[in-house]
Amino acid sequence: MISQIFSLAFLAQTIRITVPYSLASLGGVYSERGGVVNIALEGIILNGAFCATVGTYYTGSALFGVICGIAGGLLTALIHAVVSIHIKADQIISGIAINLFAVGITKFVLEILFHSSSNSDRIPGLPHIHLGFIENQPDVARLLGNPLVLLTIIIVIASQFIIFKTRFGLRLRAVGENPEAADTVGISVTLYRYYGVLISGVLAGLAGAWLAFDQHSFTDGMSAGRGYIALAAMIVGKWNPLGAAAACLLFGFAESLQIQLQGAGLPTQFIQMIPYVATIIVLAGFIGKAVAPGADGVPYEKEK
Amino acid sequence: MDGKKHWLEHPATQNFLIPILAVILSFAVGAIFILIVGQNPLEVYSILFSQTLGTSYGVGQLLFKTTPLIFAGLSVALCFRAGLFNIGAEGQLQMGAFVTALVGMYTFGVPAFLEVPLLILAGMVGGGVWGFIPGYLKAKTGAHEVINTIMLNFVAAALVSYFVTNVYNVPATVHTPPIAPTGRLSRFDTVFAGFAGSPVNFSILIALLAALFVWYYIDRTRYGYELRVVGLNPKAAEYGGISVSKNIILSMTIGGAIAGLVGTNFVMGYKYYFEEGFSTGTGFMGIAVALLGNNNPFGVILAALLFGMLEYGGLVINTMVPKELVSILQAIVIIFVISSNKIFRRILVNFLKKRTLSIND
Repeated sequence: MISQIFSLAFLAQTIRITVPYSLASLGGVYSERGGVVNIALEGIILNGAFCATVGTYYTGSALFGVICGIAGGLLTALIHAVVSIHIKADQIISGIAINLFAVGITKFVLEILFHSSSNSDRIPGLPHIHLGFIENQPDVARLLGNPLVLLTIIIVIASQFIIFKTRFGLRLRAVGENPEAADTVGISVTLYRYYGVLISGVLAGLAGAWLAFDQHSFTDGMSAGRGYIALAAMIVGKWNPLGAAAACLLFGFAESLQIQLQGAGLPTQFIQMIPYVATIIVLAGFIGKAVAPGADGVPYEKEK
Repeated sequence: MDGKKHWLEHPATQNFLIPILAVILSFAVGAIFILIVGQNPLEVYSILFSQTLGTSYGVGQLLFKTTPLIFAGLSVALCFRAGLFNIGAEGQLQMGAFVTALVGMYTFGVPAFLEVPLLILAGMVGGGVWGFIPGYLKAKTGAHEVINTIMLNFVAAALVSYFVTNVYNVPATVHTPPIAPTGRLSRFDTVFAGFAGSPVNFSILIALLAALFVWYYIDRTRYGYELRVVGLNPKAAEYGGISVSKNIILSMTIGGAIAGLVGTNFVMGYKYYFEEGFSTGTGFMGIAVALLGNNNPFGVILAALLFGMLEYGGLVINTMVPKELVSILQAIVIIFVISSNKIFRRILVNFLKKRTLSIND
């Protein structure tokens, strides 16, 4: 039984689930390290998935689809950035409104383009690199050879470096932790906060593109709460890229286990709860302390 | 000049003006979407209004959609006044409605004058517990209620899904067995023939009573005063001898209890059982309703009416324009309200400054 569950296929499934979580979660890290709370991740993923589907459908090019997915995520994040950073409106409500907007606009355009309120036509998947060594397991080989899997691993490691070891990362953290001090030494709070939110748009848009290619189509509401799980992973990972990715892997593992156990007559709903309950426990301080960046969620008002 | 305020500066004027402007603007943006589909915005909007407000059946549908929005909006508004952001109304109303159905299943034979209050109380307990948890965690550990309420929404969804599919299940459905018939609230169409066919029921009166309660509680009682002080300035409250943590827990619990009353509409007044997925984001819409209603109980009723009209209106115009137009409208209203609160005041200050200068010249 154990060996049946923890097979190569199980590993592949865990990775499949973890990739979009990680990308969106890293997006959350960039945004919140810069001081902007990003509940809009959910909507960004959805719009990214939709744009990736439409881009691929009309050109037949998966690469163009990925670019469309990123662009869709970026534009959605731009709304959040303008409302949160320029207008200085409430970031949480802005995020909720954007998520609502994404659900509405994707279904609206879906009905116009594909004449269906539930799903788009089929699109091809991403081309994969031939690995050679596990060709007897074509599904697994296709997954591990997927360029986005490789890219995600690179992004996770690079992000840890960027945020903690580069000038850009230092400045981003400065505007999120103590914007007054950052402003005093000449760092543009507005600019760096835009960077943070827009990077989250790129990454969560990419997460959306992954979902679309993985499923070979767009279905209505296909982000299915992944933006919130990514947010949860970001907190459990204590706003660190590696920590967030590790939390995503844990959540992906749990979800994969849940899928495996579905037929076994066990109540899977309790496994489903794991990410959410874990987040509540971590936030309550039972496992170390989870402290958000100092100015997270607070608009910066320049002293007159 | 000094001391006298321009009428535009008055908070009451702004509280009315900003939501109305936001609604008008969002309809204008919505018109662009309608034009893209190749329809006439004026025609679509006139059908939207006439089919919802112009017939008693439409009004009945509108009021049915309005009822849960009032509960959710009040829940969010009350917590807002205490400085808390309750994004958990969705989970609280799921738990409340489920507990209502659960108690109703086991209390056959109880006379109506006991059963109805019992089920109402059950809903309040279910929602109240789900509001108490993030309140308690915030008060005791400082864990942010926004994240915890989001997480608890998902936990609630999984929990009720478990009970509905594995424990209390009518085979081949995703709903529970029915509640005792004495726990039912009558539909309006049993009294007023004009509403025939529409599901609006007497739970809307409970919603109006809840609004009255929230107004009285916040504006007329000592508890409400404490709640407002905590919301405006927790440090000052603590200095003044008001317990911040007690008020946080209390506000979240009451907020949760009010959200839990949503079950009166669906379980007691409409289907007479709990069904998985019965609420399509009512709790989140409650945030928009509270915002548009300026966190005032009577404002919440008006905002819930507007959103209720849009929700039913989407179905009415669906043959001309995808019904998701109304989700887009609702989202734009929210963004405009939070933005115009800031922008409008900025423009106003500039406008008044210029005006004073020109008068002085």
